Amino acid sequence: MQDLTRVDEIVQHYSDVKTPLIYILKDVQKEYGFLSDVVLTHIAKKVDIPLSEIYGVATFYSLFTIKPKGKYVVRCCNNAPCYVKKSKEVLDAIKSYLGVEVTETTECGTFTLEFTSCLGLCAVAPVMMVNDEVYGNLTPEKAVAILKDYKMKGLSNA
Amino acid sequence: MHRNHVLIAMDAHTIAQGARAVRDALKRALDMTSLTDEVKVIETGSLGIYNRGVVLVIFPDNVYYVGVKVEDVAEIVSEHLIKGRVVERLHYTDVPVEKAAEMGAAPRFGKQQRVVLKNAGVIDPESLEEYIARDGYEALGKALTTMKPEDVIDIVKKSGIQGRGGAFFPTGLKWSFAAAEEAKQKYIICNADEGEPGTFKDRLILEGDPHSVIEGMALAGYAVGADMGYIYIRGEYRMSIERLNRAIQHATENGLLGENLFDSGFSFNLEVREGAGAYICGEETALIESIEGKRGEPRDKPPFPPSVGLWGMPTIVNNVETLANVPQIILKGADWYRSMGTEKSPGTKVFTMVGNINNPGLIEVPMGTTLREIIYDIGQGIPEGKGFMLAQMGGTTGGILTEKHLDLPMSVEALREIGSGLGSGALLVVDDSQDVVELVENFVEFFNHESCGKCTLCREGNGRLLELLQRINAGKGRMADLNLMEDLAVTMMKGAFCGLGQAAPVPILGCLKYFRDDFVRKIGAAEMAAAA
Amino acid sequence: MKTLADLRAVKEKAKQEMAMREQSAKYRISVAMGTCGIAAGARNVMSAILDEISKRGIQDAAVSQTGCLGCCDQEPLVQVTGADNNTITYSKVSPETARQIIADHVQAGRVVSEHVFNMG
Repeated sequence: MQDLTRVDEIVQHYSDVKTPLIYILKDVQKEYGFLSDVVLTHIAKKVDIPLSEIYGVATFYSLFTIKPKGKYVVRCCNNAPCYVKKSKEVLDAIKSYLGVEVTETTECGTFTLEFTSCLGLCAVAPVMMVNDEVYGNLTPEKAVAILKDYKMKGLSNA
Repeated sequence: MHRNHVLIAMDAHTIAQGARAVRDALKRALDMTSLTDEVKVIETGSLGIYNRGVVLVIFPDNVYYVGVKVEDVAEIVSEHLIKGRVVERLHYTDVPVEKAAEMGAAPRFGKQQRVVLKNAGVIDPESLEEYIARDGYEALGKALTTMKPEDVIDIVKKSGIQGRGGAFFPTGLKWSFAAAEEAKQKYIICNADEGEPGTFKDRLILEGDPHSVIEGMALAGYAVGADMGYIYIRGEYRMSIERLNRAIQHATENGLLGENLFDSGFSFNLEVREGAGAYICGEETALIESIEGKRGEPRDKPPFPPSVGLWGMPTIVNNVETLANVPQIILKGADWYRSMGTEKSPGTKVFTMVGNINNPGLIEVPMGTTLREIIYDIGQGIPEGKGFMLAQMGGTTGGILTEKHLDLPMSVEALREIGSGLGSGALLVVDDSQDVVELVENFVEFFNHESCGKCTLCREGNGRLLELLQRINAGKGRMADLNLMEDLAVTMMKGAFCGLGQAAPVPILGCLKYFRDDFVRKIGAAEMAAAA
Repeated sequence: MKTLADLRAVKEKAKQEMAMREQSAKYRISVAMGTCGIAAGARNVMSAILDEISKRGIQDAAVSQTGCLGCCDQEPLVQVTGADNNTITYSKVSPETARQIIADHVQAGRVVSEHVFNMG
């Protein structure tokens, strides 16, 4: 049985905020890594909003996830400003290095590959994010080198 | 008293290029050389140089350094700050013109004019005092102590300012709608859910000068009778969120937000609300739904938010850039504002230049500046000797502009005349080495991903358009596909529920109109191959 | 902050600190900070100049540092450039002399003739 006391504390923390559901989901995800059925069901009870509605919100916004993700989430931008600066070549290199398609997680659980919406860093396009770090002026080689560093880091921390 | 100020640009671009590590190294080096009392390090917003690594400027010498790395810091300290010798290999002499003008030096070419960005890259955005030193909160003080709410609305109306989020609705008129409503509670919302690809003006305003937006919101609150405001901001904009929260805290501690401001009886409080990643939430009713903790799907209109908005109350939703203009309009008057820009689009406009351009980044020019001036003078043209193919003004939903539009003034009315618009002010420049049919597929991929799914035309329309384009690009297109795409696009424009679905077809139809030959050639080659 | 006067008081104070970034300085003061200058005491001269400007609330002066001027025996050297771009060089400046330069030359516009060095 999963310990849900942190969920209770988070819900309590936002008791003064009007319509705090998005904040609650954000904090709970931070705590538990992703929004599991168990967690969502518990939140629904706590805030008295139907589970269907909460599930609707959790699957609407791109920063929420109902599946566990890799240790490092790689988010590539492929919006038009990055695209005209050859982001597709970068993305292809990353896909082949990690051996996954966009939205998939590597078998070892180290990397999840996703798209990001435009980060507004178009002056240093193409860009990608790895967790909270942003990398600009990418080439296929540079992107793979960055991911290699993360892979090493992932192994040494394991 | 310090003998030198070192400004270090701390915006998302420079941070992506290592600005934090350079700042820390600089502070350590000053500490080691006992210069901390003489040299002040000030973190500021963007200095207007975007793709040249970490940027520093040393005052009073007004020397710019670019591409600064951690290992260069010791040399800058020992050579420049101790001995006064400029480190030539990092010295940047092509100082952005707006900064040169701001600092009183002769502008090299006078195309830019900084109103909204007058403080960005000049002040320390975390210092309330520096904002005040440059006339900050004076407009609020003046309005609360000498003006009636209707006077404030009157000046904003007369200034002719239009909403800078992309719709260009007259701001004063919007305010007067909410002011006329009788309600116990009204709200001001700042729309900082900047998600249109290629757009980062709002982020740089918030990172570089957060108090200007706060002051603009308080003025809006006074004008319409709202005592509560929300800043709805993308969850990804971490630095803007931190700076805003700090600015709100400083303003509150100093009595510039909170109860009974300037002893006028007017109270105004502010709260930051973070988004969770949804492009559609830039649409004002979807944004309101999101603050209410729901899926960000647009509402039926009318009623419009100034009558029925957040939690059913009259609500003004204004863009960041619009609000940042307001304090200066109140302080300097409607005539001053009208002295800039064109008759129908007064003021300046912030543009972000992105794509295949030599000098990408943020600029502020008077409305009516031509596309050629923006791309070739300020943007310094297209790199690698390539030619100009097209520009897209206003983000991915923006209209397509070609060579024949280069001398078109960038104003609301001139673009409206050719069935286009300024949108968010993102200007994507595309060189002639790009494949336009693949570019259109990229646009549609975006819409297909961002469609919220509420209405069929947008959800299914974008999906089918994407299939058609993928087919054409895979060499399996048919000539009939072109008419099919046009039909579908026009139907979406007419029938989609909200602005996203209505605007998505704009760039597709634009490319089909101006670059039809490219589509025909590709499909023709495919048909030939199939027949052979 | 309850009145416009409160606001303006904060404004004036902050403006003084930011003055150097506005490039509107009437006087530019530069202290030679080569190895020779520093060895001769230029660091203390610099501190005295900054302190005196601050004490007197002078807003139209900018202070910077420069390298060795090539006459190391005359260090510490201080140069004051006026709005007319005329530069006066002072030699063998002590912290006390530095304070006098700020008071007489920069604030009152009178050159401190007994310390002027002719660079020829």
